[in-house]
Amino acid sequence: MSMAPTLLAVEDLSKSYGGVHAVRGVSFSLAAGEILALIGPNGAGKSTCFDMLNGQKTPDRGRVQLLGDDITGRPPRAVWRLGVGRTFQITATFPTMTVRENVQVALVSHANCIFNVWRSTPAFQRDEADRLLELVGVGGYADRPCGELAYGDLKRLELAIALANRPKLLLMDEPTAGMAPRERIELMRLTARVAREHAIGVLFTEHDMDVVFEHADRILVLNRGALIAEGSPDDVRRDPQVRAIYLGEGLVYDARHREGAGA
Amino acid sequence: MRPGNLLLSGCLAVVMAGMATAATTTSALAQSEIKIGEINSYSALPSFTEPYRKGWQLAVEEVNAAGGINGKKLVVISKDDNGKPADAVTAANELVSSDGVVMISGTFFSNIGLAVSDFAKQKKVFFLAGEPLTDAVTMSKGNRYTFRLRPSNYMQAAMLADEAAKLPAKRWATVAPNYEYGQSAVAVFKELLSKKRPDIQWVGEQWPPQGKIDAGPVVQALAAVNPEAILNVEFGPDLVKFVREGNTRGLFKGKSVVSFLTGEPEYLDPLKDETPEGWIVTGYPWYDIKTADHDKFLKAYQAKFNDYPRLGSVVGYELIKSAAAILAKANSTETDKLIAAAEGIKLGSPFGEITFRKSDHQATLGAFVGKTAVKDGKGVMVDSAYRDGANFMPSEAEVEKVRPKD
Amino acid sequence: MSFYVVQFLTGLASAASLFLVASGLSIIFGVTRIVNFAHGAFYMLGAYLAFSLTERLSGTLGFWGGIVGAALIVALIGVVVEMVLLRRIYRSPELFQLLATFGLTLMVEDLVVLIWGPDDLLGRRAPGLRGAVDFFGQAVPTYDILLIVLGPVVLGALWLLFRRTRWGVLVRAATQDRDMVAALGVNQKWLFTSVFALGVFLAALGGALQIPRDAVNHTMDLRIIVDVFVVVVIGGLGSITGAFVAAVLVSELNAFGILIFPKISIILVFLVMAIVLIVRPWGLFGKPEAAARQTPGLSVRPWQPLSFNERLACVGALIVAAALPLLGSNYALIVGAEIAIFVIFAASLHFLMSVGGLASFGHAAYFGLGTYGVAFLAKFLGFPMIACLLLGPVLGLLGAMLFGWFAVQLSGVYFAMLTLAFAQIVWSIAFQWVEVTGGDNGILGVWPAAFVATPARFYWLALFVTAVSVTLLRVLVFSPFGYALRATRDSGLRSEAIGLNSKRIQWTAFVIAGTFAGISGALFAYLKGSVFPDNAGIALSVDSLVMVLLGGVETVSGAVIGAIVYKALSIWLVSYTDLSKLVLGGFIVLIVVAFPKGIVGTFGSLVDNGRLPFFKRALPGASQAEGAE
Repeated sequence: MSMAPTLLAVEDLSKSYGGVHAVRGVSFSLAAGEILALIGPNGAGKSTCFDMLNGQKTPDRGRVQLLGDDITGRPPRAVWRLGVGRTFQITATFPTMTVRENVQVALVSHANCIFNVWRSTPAFQRDEADRLLELVGVGGYADRPCGELAYGDLKRLELAIALANRPKLLLMDEPTAGMAPRERIELMRLTARVAREHAIGVLFTEHDMDVVFEHADRILVLNRGALIAEGSPDDVRRDPQVRAIYLGEGLVYDARHREGAGA
Repeated sequence: MRPGNLLLSGCLAVVMAGMATAATTTSALAQSEIKIGEINSYSALPSFTEPYRKGWQLAVEEVNAAGGINGKKLVVISKDDNGKPADAVTAANELVSSDGVVMISGTFFSNIGLAVSDFAKQKKVFFLAGEPLTDAVTMSKGNRYTFRLRPSNYMQAAMLADEAAKLPAKRWATVAPNYEYGQSAVAVFKELLSKKRPDIQWVGEQWPPQGKIDAGPVVQALAAVNPEAILNVEFGPDLVKFVREGNTRGLFKGKSVVSFLTGEPEYLDPLKDETPEGWIVTGYPWYDIKTADHDKFLKAYQAKFNDYPRLGSVVGYELIKSAAAILAKANSTETDKLIAAAEGIKLGSPFGEITFRKSDHQATLGAFVGKTAVKDGKGVMVDSAYRDGANFMPSEAEVEKVRPKD
Repeated sequence: MSFYVVQFLTGLASAASLFLVASGLSIIFGVTRIVNFAHGAFYMLGAYLAFSLTERLSGTLGFWGGIVGAALIVALIGVVVEMVLLRRIYRSPELFQLLATFGLTLMVEDLVVLIWGPDDLLGRRAPGLRGAVDFFGQAVPTYDILLIVLGPVVLGALWLLFRRTRWGVLVRAATQDRDMVAALGVNQKWLFTSVFALGVFLAALGGALQIPRDAVNHTMDLRIIVDVFVVVVIGGLGSITGAFVAAVLVSELNAFGILIFPKISIILVFLVMAIVLIVRPWGLFGKPEAAARQTPGLSVRPWQPLSFNERLACVGALIVAAALPLLGSNYALIVGAEIAIFVIFAASLHFLMSVGGLASFGHAAYFGLGTYGVAFLAKFLGFPMIACLLLGPVLGLLGAMLFGWFAVQLSGVYFAMLTLAFAQIVWSIAFQWVEVTGGDNGILGVWPAAFVATPARFYWLALFVTAVSVTLLRVLVFSPFGYALRATRDSGLRSEAIGLNSKRIQWTAFVIAGTFAGISGALFAYLKGSVFPDNAGIALSVDSLVMVLLGGVETVSGAVIGAIVYKALSIWLVSYTDLSKLVLGGFIVLIVVAFPKGIVGTFGSLVDNGRLPFFKRALPGASQAEGAE
């Protein structure tokens, strides 16, 4: 893994709200094709961290580099153009469009055809949209209004939207929340497969520790805005500080047999 | 039935009734009729147009009772213009192309009068404007198809400037609604008065938006420039607010006020016992006019409607009387013949004989100038005298200079 | 010095009545999200009723009893309106309630004339408060002092009501988060009703308090409603304190502004609003709106391009329309041309509203610019008609480019109000710049060239341009740009995250809509032969909104039907009855109740639900809206 080029490099990322340090001096890097999990208890600063990576929020301090380019503080749309796809903790899709059209809009954007005023969007790269929907497992719903999808399917749709960008980096904020356990495994396996095939770096947050320990190559642990541990799943599992935090929350994260662990 | 449904049924009933009335208004075409079209701001300006409508209804009745127009019955088809020039053009189109009228008449607002006058020019239709006061109708935007009954802005300003020149006041301030009518009234008045009295100074002006005067600050601002006399062009609800604030704040105390149109019952009556005394105004003191012509009109009007006439009544009445006289004289409904007949035609009116001048198509109908007073808790005009419009019209030379050649 | 103090006090007195009405509107909007166009009508009813009551009741007690009694009666009327009308349409598309309250306003305007007669009415002066007190040689009316005191008193009372009562806490909670209140188990229906009653009471009280200063007449509603909206927005929606500060700000700026620029009143409030919104997009005391949740009633049935059969049906309809000159009179053709022109106008706003989610309250600005563009080219440069028609709309385009850039920085009601402010600025330039625009006397003599001078030919021209415009707008809806625009409407977060520059997309949409509005304006100038400032006026902007809402904002092309129905009906009614507003208002109220998603929207729902199987797939635009509840 260490041989792969560095995709994302984060240095000293910090953000505070009215004196409260949401994120403090976070630094890490991510290689192409690597799957990195960012975990931590509620309020640890995971979402703020995510938002700073794709430009949703501007950091007070620190730097984010994508393939050597400084992208700190660039707006989300610029970050997308550099090949970053993102899914949200609370899904954000286009409810008045069909499932396929949701992906087609992303394809339109990827093809830089936004200001085209005469082509027909419903016919725009229809096969590619269907392929992506099949890939994430919602191919059967292509013509359904997006607003009618179950929550888990919306998560899959978001992944398809992110993949429409042929991303180099995927940022996934709780990608499996609201899914049944078997679905989670499937989705993460799929994500891992796509990531390896196309050398996509994946950074995800997750509450379900089964998902995290099964699929992450490396794990970052965030507590009160600061990184307290980093390493392979085994390293992190053994880390006393991490154990303390999670035991304190009453969560047992190495119970791999556990079913239905929720967020 | 639930009360909610009752209310909605009410709406339904109103809609049905409205459509039923609409459907029955269309009358059958008759060979022995002469139809003229009439347009006014009935829904936008009912306080003027209600008495106006009564006036022309009375005139139609009288014309037909006297044998119609060379034996043919006179029919007036009346349309509302919603207070908008564009709607007035639609109505004019309907009157001309659908109802087959031989001429158009009416209108109140200056811009509507101009829009219809331009329509008349384009479609070569005879247009007899009633109320619109802007000088443009007969002067800078005049055309051979358009005639106007009421004394123009210029004429009213000239009548008032005559009186104003006699006042000792040297420091003058003005207040007028901020649109063409107000602007041109002030401009003409200033010009005429300054010509007669080069010694006077114009020390301040206020231009509240029409219909939206914030009277307190306006009155204060006028008082601040310390004028000896004030020219007022406000009318309607704005006038009421202005007068009320002015009275309370003592603005008019010790000052002369000269005011356009304020003596017209439409604007004077609402002021009731709060009418400011001693303003020099143009208007219509129907209670004070002792001529045979007016008596006849007054009696007929009161007998028919059990109400006193407003100035609008006279305008509506004389508008149709003029139209009838023109049609009778022309003995034709062709536009060119109507124009020929109208130019220089002489006819009677409640105010005495009038004529439509050939050069600018302006009628010589005049107005009364007098002073305001309160009598039995009502606003009235006293010491009033009729000013014949003929004496206050712009000179032929001026008309020649300004009016476009056809 | 004393003069300035008194001028300041006078400004405060003017602010008081503005504040009363504005606070009512703000409260209603905060909780129910209703843009209550009828607020001015309630204000006017308050004044009329107070006039009647104070004429009958004598003495000091009678006077004040009459004032408060009038406000209470109007509040009761408000309750009835809320329960009978508004409750049925809370789940309708956004702004649909505006349509209902607009219909009510039209009705009330004619009703007061029917009930109280056409004359302006002079109300009683307040007993004991007729005069003025002397302040260093300046007169301050005693009634003004009462009003100056009343403003803060009402503000304080409302503050106590909202801080110290359970009801008030609920209202505040609802203002911040409507869904939360439903979750608290509060009877939302009654909360809404009581809030509406309070708001109406304040409006009516504001009106009733005017009778010693004003003349009661049937235009009072329109005189105040727009100013009140402006005050509410400057202050920040839902903020009572903001409404108070804004009322004072506007009134004082006016009181002192007229000393330097006597003509400023006509545009002042709109200038202030434009500046405030550009600098502080949520008003002085407003808070940024939380990311909007799903708009209630927003369509979940996606739009589809027309099928082959539907296209055939459209072509058929167009052929039938084109055959009108064979059957109809010249007048019918002129009306037909006018309707066609308004179809373009409504469709252009519809594009902005339904595809872009941007409800403009000032769309007439670009229509008006189109008319003036044509008039300038034809009258000053002597261009031939074809050149004018092609170039005239460019003025609309340029206006939309300039104003749109500022407007799209905002959203929701703030966007709507900024567009209104811009439209008023355009209107007042047309109105004031007499040397160029002819002021309110307009520009005359803009008649069509000989080759389209007959009604039939002009009608065909209008129909052709309309068909092309509506088709183009439809193509746009389904183009990548149309989808990108819809994406920014559906989810700003997601669209930015997939690389869409929302502001630029919305700006482009604004310019497109403005250009099509300009095209309709250009045709309109030739239809009427003259151009006036009302072509950019509020009334026309409201008309366009009504047409879009009537047709159904959630449809692809509902505005076409909305424009035809509304325009045909209003022309017909104005022609045949003086009570056109009453009948038209009643009609709108009925439509609102019968078609809670607009005509096309509701029809589409019925077809989708299989209640009208015959029409399934046979009607253009029928299958676009959400299924009925």
